[in-house]
Amino acid sequence: MQTSLFNGVLAWLPNVQLAHFLIVSAILFALGLYGIVTRRNAIMVLMGVELVLNAANINLIAFSRYGGLHASGPALDGQVAAIFVIILAAAEAAIALAIVLNIYNRFQTVNVDEVSSLKE
Amino acid sequence: MSADTLVTLSLAVLLLPLAGFVLMMFFGKKLPRQGDWLETGIITIALGIALYVLFQKMTTFAGEVGSLRFTWIDFHEVPGIGPLKIVLGFTIDNLAAIMMAVVMIISTLVHYFSIGYMHDDVRYSRYFGYLGIFTFSMLVIVLADNLFLLYVGWELVGLSSYLLIGHWYEKKSASNAAMKAFITNRVGDLGFFIGMAIMFTTFHTFGLTEIFAGLQSGQMPLGSESWLTVAGVLIFCGAIGKSAQFPLHVWLPDAMEGPTPVSALIHAATMVAAGVYLVARVFPLLTADALMVIAYIGLTTAFISATIAIAQNDIKKVLAYSTISQLGYMVMGLGVGAYTYGFMHLVTHAMFKAGLFLGSGSVIHAMHGAMHHQHDHHTDPQDIRNMGGLRTKMPVTFWAFVIYTLAISGVPLTSGFMSKDGILAGTMAFAGFTGHTLIPIVGFFVAGLTAFYMFRLVILTFLGAHADEKRFAHVHESPKVMIIPLMILAVLSVFVFYSWNPLDASHGWISQALPRPATVVPEHLAATEAAEFAEGVHHAHMPAMLLSLTVAGLGIALAFATYYWKKISADRIATSLAPVHRFLVDKWRFDELYGTVVVGGTLALTRALNWVDSKIIDGAVNGAGWATRGTSFISSRFDALVIDGIVNLSAYLSGFGGLVLRKFQTGKVQTYVLFTVASVLVLYFVFRMV
Repeated sequence: MQTSLFNGVLAWLPNVQLAHFLIVSAILFALGLYGIVTRRNAIMVLMGVELVLNAANINLIAFSRYGGLHASGPALDGQVAAIFVIILAAAEAAIALAIVLNIYNRFQTVNVDEVSSLKE
Repeated sequence: MSADTLVTLSLAVLLLPLAGFVLMMFFGKKLPRQGDWLETGIITIALGIALYVLFQKMTTFAGEVGSLRFTWIDFHEVPGIGPLKIVLGFTIDNLAAIMMAVVMIISTLVHYFSIGYMHDDVRYSRYFGYLGIFTFSMLVIVLADNLFLLYVGWELVGLSSYLLIGHWYEKKSASNAAMKAFITNRVGDLGFFIGMAIMFTTFHTFGLTEIFAGLQSGQMPLGSESWLTVAGVLIFCGAIGKSAQFPLHVWLPDAMEGPTPVSALIHAATMVAAGVYLVARVFPLLTADALMVIAYIGLTTAFISATIAIAQNDIKKVLAYSTISQLGYMVMGLGVGAYTYGFMHLVTHAMFKAGLFLGSGSVIHAMHGAMHHQHDHHTDPQDIRNMGGLRTKMPVTFWAFVIYTLAISGVPLTSGFMSKDGILAGTMAFAGFTGHTLIPIVGFFVAGLTAFYMFRLVILTFLGAHADEKRFAHVHESPKVMIIPLMILAVLSVFVFYSWNPLDASHGWISQALPRPATVVPEHLAATEAAEFAEGVHHAHMPAMLLSLTVAGLGIALAFATYYWKKISADRIATSLAPVHRFLVDKWRFDELYGTVVVGGTLALTRALNWVDSKIIDGAVNGAGWATRGTSFISSRFDALVIDGIVNLSAYLSGFGGLVLRKFQTGKVQTYVLFTVASVLVLYFVFRMV
């Protein structure tokens, strides 16, 4: 039974369209955004940010593969941009973690609700 | 020596009393006897010089006129006025020389008399100083050869009379009398000033000689002949004030509040004479019409004051009204054209009126002394009803007084007879030429009245029995320093000093020295020509003399019949004619009339103006204030409500906006992100719709 479902999926795979990728990406983006907005822990907020970045990456690659943006057909531009994003995300994570470390040193907490000095 | 030397000597006469005044004012109190000897000595020296000048003028320099002139100010050509140059000067002609001598004689005798009369006065030295400036002021008028300097002297006389009438200024009546004299004079002075201004506008000079020359060349003041008459009458207005002519005569009786020697000075030489002197000075420019006005003013004055004099009981008041009456005579004499006799009456009157006043001063002095001895401070020492019988106690005063009275009544062998007779003959001649018969009729009537009231005065004062026997015992003759001036004046009231012929003065030295000056007005405006008039006077002389003797005799007889023999009861006449008597006692109610009309009118006017001020002007001001307050209130409300409301509303709105927007500013990045997402979604849908 299971094999049949698996086989069904495999059979369906060639039928995967751009819309499916975009749906996955949107779900991932929404989840990331949800994480950013609702999590109290700064680390969790950063993780949400990573999700949002990866949602964007999926979009870039999807458009790159199924695109039609170029007259000559699909190109590698999106994939290159995704690789840039991944590099930048790594750098961002490093800096963001350093900031979180500093926040912790200063406020003795990583709870973003308690750090609202931007208000002043 | 020339005629100009006489001017220099006259200047010495002029300046000596001024020097006396200055010395007395600054050092008088520190000198022994408060300096009366100094002032009197100075005046005596001046008298000597004045008499010498007169003698020289009459003998050696007859016909020559000396003068001294200097330019006072010179503004050259002034836009709108023309040449503005004022030349002042002094001149000594026959008129000035005679007048100066008269002034100095009277002034000197008054000075000597005052030593006795004022000997324990509180302001003894100041009194003598004032006498000095009074004499000086009068001499300025006498010697001035132009209207300007004359006006200066004119005002100085007004000032010094004010000072002397108000000498006992602690008495309210005295200070009031001084003010009355000054203010009443100012009314006349205004006319004089305007007349002077008219002359200056036309001729650009104040010099009388130049004005006469201008008129003679046919130039008319302000280009019209009627202005000449007007100017003449206006200048005469000054004389109305100073010489106490109707209707400005009211100040003179009140001036009796001054010391009695001052009254003598005012009435004889230094003040009231100024007006007559002024008319004599400007005589050539007076037209026939102006002279007619002058004659009638003089006539009215003479009549009114003679009737008042009958009913007065104060010895000085009687004399005051007789002075006004005699001044009326002089003015009338000048007005009818009897220039020589009009002025001669001024001279003779000066002598016997000064005598009468000094005599009355002597009587008052004696009465006052006797009352003082009895510790009687209530009886009036000047009331003739309290006197009587003084003849035996004061023989010198009595006899001198009788001589003066004979002179003023116009009895032959006195000086007054000659001058008064001349004036009356002049009025008769005038009536013959012009037909104005009222003038001689009233003239003779007043002559009779004068004789009557003067003898009434003599009888009540010196004859009969004294009112109070005890007081009578203490009456004494005045000291020598007072009675010697009386004797001198009595001698000067005799005819020989004025003319050798006691019945006709037309050949006397004064008549020869003072012929009527030739007129300078155009022929058709001029009064009867001098030679023709003199002829008329000559013809009128005999009937005038007989008539005046008759009326004087009648007046004297009536006075004796009434007051000495008591054949006629004065009281019964007074009661049967009570309204008339009351009217005369009240001095024709001039004071009441002026009090009501002038003073009351002024007060009413000021009250009206005060009302206008307090109601209308203040009302307008207050109304403006009220209106301003109202509008400012409105505008303050507008400010507070509308303007402030707008400002506050905008502030409130900003605040409210801030309050709302502050809610979004949480400081939490997560919230911001939420907002961003929400906004993006909103924008997405907004753009979807578009």
